[in-house]
Amino acid sequence: MLRYLVSRLVVAALMVLLATLVIFLIANMVPGDPVLTQLGDIAANNPDMVAAFRHKWGLDLPLWDRYWIFLVGLFHGDLGISIGSQRPVLEDIAQYAPATVELSTVAFLLALIVGLPLGVVAAMKRDTWIDHLARSVSLVGVSAPTFWLAFVMLAVFYGALEWAPGPGQISASTFPPPTVTGIMLIDAPLAGDWDTFWDAASHLILPSIVLAASTLGLITRTTRAAMLEALSQDYIRVARAKGLVRRAIMLGHALPNALLPVVTLGGLAYAQLLTGTVLTESIFSWPGLGRYTFQSAVRLDFPAIMGITLVVAAIYVLVNLLVDLSYAALDPRVSRR
Amino acid sequence: MSGVETALLAATAETGTGARRRRWLRRYGLAALGGAVIALWAIAAILAPWLAPYPPDVVNVAGRLLPPSDLHWLGTDVLGRDVFTRVLYGARTSLAVGFIVVLLGGLFGTLLGAVAAYMRGWAEEALMRATDLVFCFPPIILAMAIAAALGIGTRNTVIAMLVVWWPKFARLARSLVIGQRSAEYVAAAQAIGFGPAHILFRQIIPNAVGPLVVLVTLDLGNAILVFAGLSFLGLGVVPPTPEWGSMVSEGRELVNQWWVATFPGLAILTVVIGFNFVGDGIRDWLDPHARRR
Repeated sequence: MLRYLVSRLVVAALMVLLATLVIFLIANMVPGDPVLTQLGDIAANNPDMVAAFRHKWGLDLPLWDRYWIFLVGLFHGDLGISIGSQRPVLEDIAQYAPATVELSTVAFLLALIVGLPLGVVAAMKRDTWIDHLARSVSLVGVSAPTFWLAFVMLAVFYGALEWAPGPGQISASTFPPPTVTGIMLIDAPLAGDWDTFWDAASHLILPSIVLAASTLGLITRTTRAAMLEALSQDYIRVARAKGLVRRAIMLGHALPNALLPVVTLGGLAYAQLLTGTVLTESIFSWPGLGRYTFQSAVRLDFPAIMGITLVVAAIYVLVNLLVDLSYAALDPRVSRR
Repeated sequence: MSGVETALLAATAETGTGARRRRWLRRYGLAALGGAVIALWAIAAILAPWLAPYPPDVVNVAGRLLPPSDLHWLGTDVLGRDVFTRVLYGARTSLAVGFIVVLLGGLFGTLLGAVAAYMRGWAEEALMRATDLVFCFPPIILAMAIAAALGIGTRNTVIAMLVVWWPKFARLARSLVIGQRSAEYVAAAQAIGFGPAHILFRQIIPNAVGPLVVLVTLDLGNAILVFAGLSFLGLGVVPPTPEWGSMVSEGRELVNQWWVATFPGLAILTVVIGFNFVGDGIRDWLDPHARRR
């Protein structure tokens, strides 16, 4: 088991490095030029200023030297300086990551808490109104554009009904709590500041519903299909024949077998939530990695893009690893090997 | 009574044309509805210049932000342009981009995956590692970086999407070819003396095309969603091209003039639901086992 784990981790690290190489090559082989996006028009027409800018950011070095510098920095825990913010990329990421973790974790829990029971009940009461409801919810969830859903939610619940606060992580009048983890829902109670906690929680409602929508749809759909598949198996007929009550059949026999595909999907969905907040964050003015990613991409801020790539690829590879490991816990056939 | 028994009883009990029609509707009603929705949008896209009551790009500041009325069915936007007209024209961009990305990406990915699986060895291994690599990124981030680097414009966005689009088709095609390559008809074709290209393209791929068609259909909605998202961020079409994602973006601050952003978003929603219905229908039709569900 340990050997398996170590070899998987080594492969994972290599994949992450390769991913940064791919992004590096793509970023450097396309015609876009950060000089034009960073310097103003007047400066960009001045050859001396352009040369100075290129020299400062190492853009005058050969391609491989630049990647080598990135690698050396990486092994010293240094991701370089962001061209856009003029700060170390690592500092930027450390500042923006907690807000994203907070938002996507709440959205993931929401999708799980609603989607899993909805899928199970829909499969148990097939072709009833609740099944139709579950299928409609999942269909709209996966089909509605995130940015449009965000607009509709803001227009209805903030603009018209005023039930929820507007964009942002906390109200302008609220002081943020002292930073410990960077996650408001944890830092505020740590500081004993429950008003700020409730303010932050209410600001989370709309963006987390919007972010959760498509994951909720996927989880409901997958759970329902996996439950129906499990219910058509012979062991369910046996359980029924030996007189088990319906509840025991559903929760004791069908559900554990149906969970495997849901876990695979759930893991990937969480990774997608962590890295897929670009649209939601930019609409809700959420100070997270998604907005930072968007700004860096538009500015062609190569050091920042490389740093984000590293984080994103690492999240994906690690989540995949965790999903594979959780199989062993859920499926006795895997762990016995 | 199990589901199978119920279905059998139902099948023997329900005969006659009325019952048969009900069964068909139950099975394919949603797919037919989805097909109809897509057909309507396709007609709207093709006939937009004749159907639209106004020109799409003419600015009329005096008539800006008018609510829906007899003159402007879906109201007007910030520049006084007719929203209904622009939604009709927007279908052109969205449908065209969806089809181009999915068909080209699907074709390239399928060819790559099929050839690699049939050749086996290092080619297969290299391909799988390459797809792993692209799977490390959520498509929208990679597409965003590429679109930003190439410069804004529909063509560049399509290129950026193609870069991230092919791997899922390569994966699926590979697994399908692996499932077929040890089949008896392949051995028979080899024994007759057909070359590998003939066996792969004339024998194996036609036998494996079903799931690929399902993926293409379901993926069309997905491609339209991603493109609209990139356009919403300002990385898609160049203004003033009418496009649904950028129209929602133009109306995102206008909570009181809700019609500006709501209708283009509804257009995206209906197209994507339509492709989902059709894709599910094709899958049920191809897979009798899943049909019961």
